[in-house]
Formats: sequence, structure tokens, C-alpha cells
Amino acid sequence: MSSRIAKSLSIAALAATLAACSSVPLDQNAGKGSGSEGANAGQVMDPFNPQSPLAQQRSVYFEFNSYVVPDQYRNLVEMHSSYLTSHAQQKIRIEGNADARGSSEYNLALGQRRSDAVARMMTLLGVHSDQIEAISFGKERPKALGNTEADYAENRRADIVYQR
Amino acid sequence: MTVVTFAKAASRGSWRTWLSGLVMLLATFFAATQANAQLRVDMSGVGATQYPIAIADFSGDPQGQYVAEVIRADLTRSGQFRLISAAGASLTAETPVSYDDWRSRGADYLAYGSISQSGGQYSVSYRLGDSVRKSQLDGVAFTGSEKELRRIAHQIADRIYEKITGVRGVFSTRIAYVLQKGNTYELQIADADGQNPQVMLRSKHSIISPSWSPDGKKLAYVSFESNKPVVYIQTLATGQRFPIANFKGNNSAPTWSPNGQQLAVVLSRDSISQIYTINADGSNLRRVMRSPLIDTEPQYTPDGGSLVFTSDRGGAPQIYRVDLASGNAQRITFNGSYNVSPAISPDAKNLAYVTRRDGAFRIGMQNMSTGGEQLLTAGPDDESPSFAPNGMQILYSSVQGGRSVLAVVSIDGRVRQTLSALDGKVREPTWGPFTN
Repeated sequence: MSSRIAKSLSIAALAATLAACSSVPLDQNAGKGSGSEGANAGQVMDPFNPQSPLAQQRSVYFEFNSYVVPDQYRNLVEMHSSYLTSHAQQKIRIEGNADARGSSEYNLALGQRRSDAVARMMTLLGVHSDQIEAISFGKERPKALGNTEADYAENRRADIVYQR
Repeated sequence: MTVVTFAKAASRGSWRTWLSGLVMLLATFFAATQANAQLRVDMSGVGATQYPIAIADFSGDPQGQYVAEVIRADLTRSGQFRLISAAGASLTAETPVSYDDWRSRGADYLAYGSISQSGGQYSVSYRLGDSVRKSQLDGVAFTGSEKELRRIAHQIADRIYEKITGVRGVFSTRIAYVLQKGNTYELQIADADGQNPQVMLRSKHSIISPSWSPDGKKLAYVSFESNKPVVYIQTLATGQRFPIANFKGNNSAPTWSPNGQQLAVVLSRDSISQIYTINADGSNLRRVMRSPLIDTEPQYTPDGGSLVFTSDRGGAPQIYRVDLASGNAQRITFNGSYNVSPAISPDAKNLAYVTRRDGAFRIGMQNMSTGGEQLLTAGPDDESPSFAPNGMQILYSSVQGGRSVLAVVSIDGRVRQTLSALDGKVREPTWGPFTN
């Protein structure tokens, strides 16, 4: 519990420090272990440029049996929301996923709860609902194919996908 | 364990001719291509009651042996019959039967018949005798081309099954399922014994939740071909298909009303997954109820007046029933913390579902009036249960030895069979309706 509070505090502090540099993603892979550079201040904000944080940081991971966007992804969602509110013609799909255990249809619905959670946060941040389609692949497109807890965690995910 | 390997029949000379003829016939009727591999059938267990029956090769044409083999295999797979050898018997439909001889061989029942061919048309006459009562129970004649002999044999097996057990046979019904080979998905239909598979749709994207129309002429299913789940209806005879539900968000879990005029589907157009009804032509979309959480996997009760469905509105996924007129829902499963994928028996007396117990996903069955539960399978990854149209067996998908297979269990849990493809994962099976 205390380490979680400490993490939130440090994220809040970092966010305050970097607030002047526009809304940037922070430590979007926290708790997942795979590395990625932290802040992207000064980078080009173009979802179709592979170097842009909008292209690189577009996955939200969820806890087991949870459908709430974790705190550490708030900045990532804010970054995309900020771009989308200033590009009102741009549409996105949010693609939810679920792990491979259990019913295909129930997992489809669970993945959709994840994409819907990200979509709701975006609309609260001012993105027009017509810009967003929240869908789910359920367990149909697993990114990790194994049966370990790490594989399941990798598949408890919502991806933000910009539509051309 | 008995292993019934139908592949053996392929060594018979006439098989290939017969098969290619059959495929040509079906290609005329179905916009479908023949699937590469037959399914292999393994079975274990025996029924509580096993009727001893001898099935003699039908006399008069070499195809008579084939017809008898199909009938034997059908009855054996049910687990409700014990085959008594009829080797050496040479009976025609008109032969007077020495019932005492068959009784002394241990056969309470005897099926036999004649087959003749003229100008490519076969005439098959079958008889069923009861050696205890010393009487003929059934006798009927069929005619058809060589290609139709297998279907005729299944129809004879259906008659034998019904005359002896009192329950309609399902040997001439069909099943639908999805075969995944690498990154290719095939929606297939096959005979109830897994033979004669036909590809209805081949896709690079997932296909899930096939559902038969009550007349057996159409399938509704979910395809991800447009990078999101969309519900299609496809007519089997023509291959013609159209999206019946393609709204914003997810479109999934189609199921037909008993009169075939309506479907229930699950849409996320209003946020999270909720159940709607829609006419089979796509008109008159109606939301069934407002749920705070997920509602999915609807199935009509046989009277068409309500749906059973999965919901996690109580915190964990359980099965509920909603009256379509009032929208009032009631929870109906209470054992365990994960009960999903409901299927209701044709007589509405039993509910089959997937239940997670100690980490294993198993097929459970609950008596709808008493609430009594029986776990029919051991898991660990059993999914997608559906009842045979006579309610006597449940088809489901299972992982055995690391392979994904189709499996069938009798509703008393005693007899199990698996239908495994040689080259892929079989998923999402569903048993089709009676069609004759």
C-alpha cells in the first residue's frame, strides 16, 4: 500500500514538473517491467509518425479482474485526449482484449469493458464520443500466446488505434 | 476405451468414388468447399442401459456392407447399444427371421435388409426385428443415388434408435464449428458423426459463436473480418451472407428465436455489452433490459418467451433468466463463482453451462425445476456446450493432450466421445436442429 502511494506521489510530482511541456506520458509501462523511455517532451505529436509518443504509447494495461484505468496510465490517456480534442476530425478505435481463459463471448464483453473504460475517460477529458469507437477482440487476438500469469497480464489490455 | 476409426472405411475401393461423388453433389447445393480432413472419433464409457443388437450387412449389393457399417457406428457412438456380431448372416428384407437363433446369440434386436441398384438408383429396404417379442418393429424402404447412401444409413439408424429407446435419433443431424489452422479460420458444418465436413466461410480473422436457424438452413455467427466483431447471417445452400448487426462497438452472441423470425444479439453501442432483439431481416432493434454490468450469451427458452444469459451484475459471472415481455431477470445458477455459456435443453428441463471449479472449466448441468447440479466433465478447458436436438447429449469443445477437440457427453455423464481434427484447433461447436 505504502509503495503504491509513493508511486502515485512520485508520478504526481513528475507530472507537475513536466506540466509546462504539455501533457506527456509518464512511465506508461509501470508495473509491467518492459522498458521504454519516460518523457517525450519536445517530440512530434503525430499518431502516424512511428517516432511519436502517440504511436509508441497507446496501450493501457489492467489488473486482473479489473476494468478501471490504472492511475499510471492517466497521463497516457490525457496525451491522446489532448491530441484528439485538437484534431476533431481524427477518429480512433480502442481495442480491448482479455486473457484466454473461459468463454469467448464473456471474454469479448470483458475486453469491451476495458476499451469502454478508456473511452469514458477520454470523453470526460473532452474528446467527442463520435471520434471514439470502443470495441473488443476478447481472447481472439492474444499478443502473448503462453499460459503464464505474465502472458495473461499482457493480454489484459486496451490499445488505442488511430484510424486513417 | 473403444476406438471407432472411420478412416478405415477409406481403404475400401468404392469410398473414394463415393466421396468425390458426394462432394460434387454438395458443391451443387452448397456454396462450400470440401474440407481437407475428416474428424477422428474416439469414445469411452457405456450407457446405463445397453441394448444388444445385431446389424447384418444388407444383402444384394456390395454397398450393403457400407450401409450396415454406418448404422453400426452410429448406434455404437450413442453408448446405448452393444453390437452383437452378425457375421455370416445372409438376410434379405424378405427372409423369415429365426428369432430364437438371434436371441441365443444374445441379440434382443436384429436389423437387416436388402439393397439393389438399377441405373445408378439404389433401393434400400430395412427391417428391425425384436427377438424377445418375436415381432417386426419397423420396416421401410428408401431410394437414392450412391451419394445419398450415407444419409439413408443415418436415417435408418435414427429409426432404430427411436423404435428401441423411444427417443428421436440425431444421427442425420449436423453440427457447426470453427476450425483454426494457423492464422486461418474455417466455419465448417459436418454430419453429427464429424464426417463430410464442408467449409462455409474461410477467413484470416476469428469467427465465433455460430448459431443455427431453427430450420437448419442458415447460420448466424460473429466474424472479425472488418477488425471488429460483426454478426452475419449466411444461407447454407447459397453461401449468401449479410451483416445483421453492424452497429458501433461490438456485435456478438447471436441466437435465433424458436420461430426463426427474430434473433437476440449482444451490442455495445450503448457502452458495455447488453442484450437486444432484432428481426431476422435486421429491422426492429429492441433493447431487452438495462443492466449495470455485462449481459451476454443469450439463449431463447424453447417457448420463445424468455432468454437465459450470462451476467456479472452480481459481481461474478452467473446465469440469469429474463422474461422478454417484462424485462424482469432472475438469477438461476448459484454454485461456484464462474458460470457462463448457458444452453437450454429442447424440453426446457435442463440447463448446461461452463463452470469453473478449482481452476478447471467444466461442463455442468442443472435441473431447471429442482436446481440439482451434476458436473458432466472434468475440464480443464471445456467450453461452448450445446444440446443435441433430442436432448440426450451435449456437444462441447475440449482440450485433450494439448489439442483442442470437439467432444460429446451423454446427459447422464456416462458416455463420452471426441471428434478431433488432424490439423487444427476445433472451437465453438454447436449442434444443429432436426431437419427431417
